Amino acid sequence: MAMQSSTRSGQPAVLGPRVRKPRNGRAIGDRFVGRAIRIYIPLLALLAVTLFPFYWMAITSFKSASELFDFSVSPLWVREPTLFWYQDLLTKTNFPHWAFNTALVAIVSTLISLFCSVLAGYSLARLRYRGADSIGWGIFVTYLVPPTLLFLPLTFVIRELHLFNNLWSLILTYPTFLIPFCTWMLMGFFKGIPRELEEAALVDGATRIQAMLRIAIPLAVPGILAAALFAFTLSWNEFLYSLIFLNDSLVKTIPVGVTQELIHGDEFFWGELMAAALLGSVPVAVLYSFFVDYFVAGMTAGAVKG
Amino acid sequence: MGTATRADAVPVWHRRRVRIYDREAPLGYLLLVPTLVILGIFLLYPFLFGIWLSITDSELGNVGNFIGLGNYRFEFRNTDGVFYEAVVNTFLYTGVTTIFKLGLGLVMALLLNQVFPFRRFVRAALLLPYIIPTVLSYEAWRWMFDPTFSVINWLLVNTHLVHYPGPNWLGVPANAMAALMIVNVWRGTPFYAIAFLAGMQVIPLDLYEAARVDGASRWQSFTSITIPLLRPVLLVVLLLSTILTFADFQGPFVLTNGAPYNSTQLLSIWAYQWGIPGGAIGLGAAISLVLFPLLTVVVAIVLFMLRRPE
Repeated sequence: MAMQSSTRSGQPAVLGPRVRKPRNGRAIGDRFVGRAIRIYIPLLALLAVTLFPFYWMAITSFKSASELFDFSVSPLWVREPTLFWYQDLLTKTNFPHWAFNTALVAIVSTLISLFCSVLAGYSLARLRYRGADSIGWGIFVTYLVPPTLLFLPLTFVIRELHLFNNLWSLILTYPTFLIPFCTWMLMGFFKGIPRELEEAALVDGATRIQAMLRIAIPLAVPGILAAALFAFTLSWNEFLYSLIFLNDSLVKTIPVGVTQELIHGDEFFWGELMAAALLGSVPVAVLYSFFVDYFVAGMTAGAVKG
Repeated sequence: MGTATRADAVPVWHRRRVRIYDREAPLGYLLLVPTLVILGIFLLYPFLFGIWLSITDSELGNVGNFIGLGNYRFEFRNTDGVFYEAVVNTFLYTGVTTIFKLGLGLVMALLLNQVFPFRRFVRAALLLPYIIPTVLSYEAWRWMFDPTFSVINWLLVNTHLVHYPGPNWLGVPANAMAALMIVNVWRGTPFYAIAFLAGMQVIPLDLYEAARVDGASRWQSFTSITIPLLRPVLLVVLLLSTILTFADFQGPFVLTNGAPYNSTQLLSIWAYQWGIPGGAIGLGAAISLVLFPLLTVVVAIVLFMLRRPE
């Protein structure tokens, strides 16, 4: 839908700030053809490849069992849409539990990570003390120790803490990959806030902590939102730890529940699987459509200034 | 002429700064406490403990005895070369996908940096693969690669690009690796694009205007303005992405899980297979720890390639 409209209404783009004036009196039509080849056609191609899997996911989830495996007519459309798989998913599987667990873990681990990384990011970007640079590097270097390296020894840590089959096992381990990323991103944001603002407050008699809480942190709210968004998505997306620490069906998260319980042996219930995939994707997709600008701002601060 | 006058001669902010420097240290360390506690317990400790596990015969649920380098010896010599296959695959998977993600990411960022209608919508749409939970989108790809009901093959056959029935995507070694790479590129490109876009948007437009006045072509201003100024972003993105791809687990686990015949076996998956379903935690830890020196090498390569030009 949007693909068509973007080609049709190519003209308004000419008003944009970065468009050149026609050189040597070339005709407007020429320019449109040039833009189409340079911009619209590659964009449409990218959009098609990017979005097709989601289209296929959605359309599969509305197909009846017989239509799923009927490729004699075009499989790209549903002839008799049905909500059968959704009904099945929501009433006959533990999907509602998985959704609740995923949301709970994502929210709590995001909050914990934000708390830690706002303080750490502020400390590393703003306060001057011996060792700040090396600790900053140290936190960045933890990227070299991804979950793939940690999951086996962590099973022992989780067992010691009696957290197997407990959502706390995830809430406490997710921050290990969330905090470094959020701290790194927030350091970029804090560095972008003029030092003079805080110094003025200090001169006026505010304590260092007051300057941080009343001046720096409120000004970093866009960055904190961006970090929250990243953390929430990364938690929602996590798979390895939840695969290993949770065995009881009722405490599973969506990714694990979907891959383990909607596949029975060699039999794939694609309709149900795709319905679950779609429902599991909607929350993050909606969140993004609202906050995509913060997302880009977060990348800018982290990658450019960090 | 007492001390008061001399102190007054020093500018106020300078005096403050010196005093603040002294006073900032305790608060600085205090603010790091929560982070360091969590990273210490759930990252540093397991990492060191993992090194210990790799030289023991531990099994799922109990720490075993010290056996020296037995696990490593077994892994290098007694696994019919699967270890070497996994190392080669891990490098191949990371290298090939990184090149494609880099190229396509640049193209995508250049396109998104243009002015066109519905820009916000298009930008959000192109980001989707990166945002949607990996496991869920990979399930959709697995269905698209289905041996008998592959919609990709249906499209390829109906556009007469291949003969019926089309390639068996996940059942043939080379195809399975290609499929794994395609999906990784599909998912990873938006991350590169959005970072490059962020980098491009802070490049001052005057530079391009000055270049145009001097008669530079689009290509010239791309190679001599955009690319050099993107270097810091490029460095960060390449580092993060190569590390994450090198240790990638969830995507390959869902799509192929090392099959067929270990042809898509990666170190991460192999470590899981030995450690959790296989129960040999010690051996699994030894396998996953091999990732660490290799990762360091990869990071060194990236840093070397993107070092500041002389």
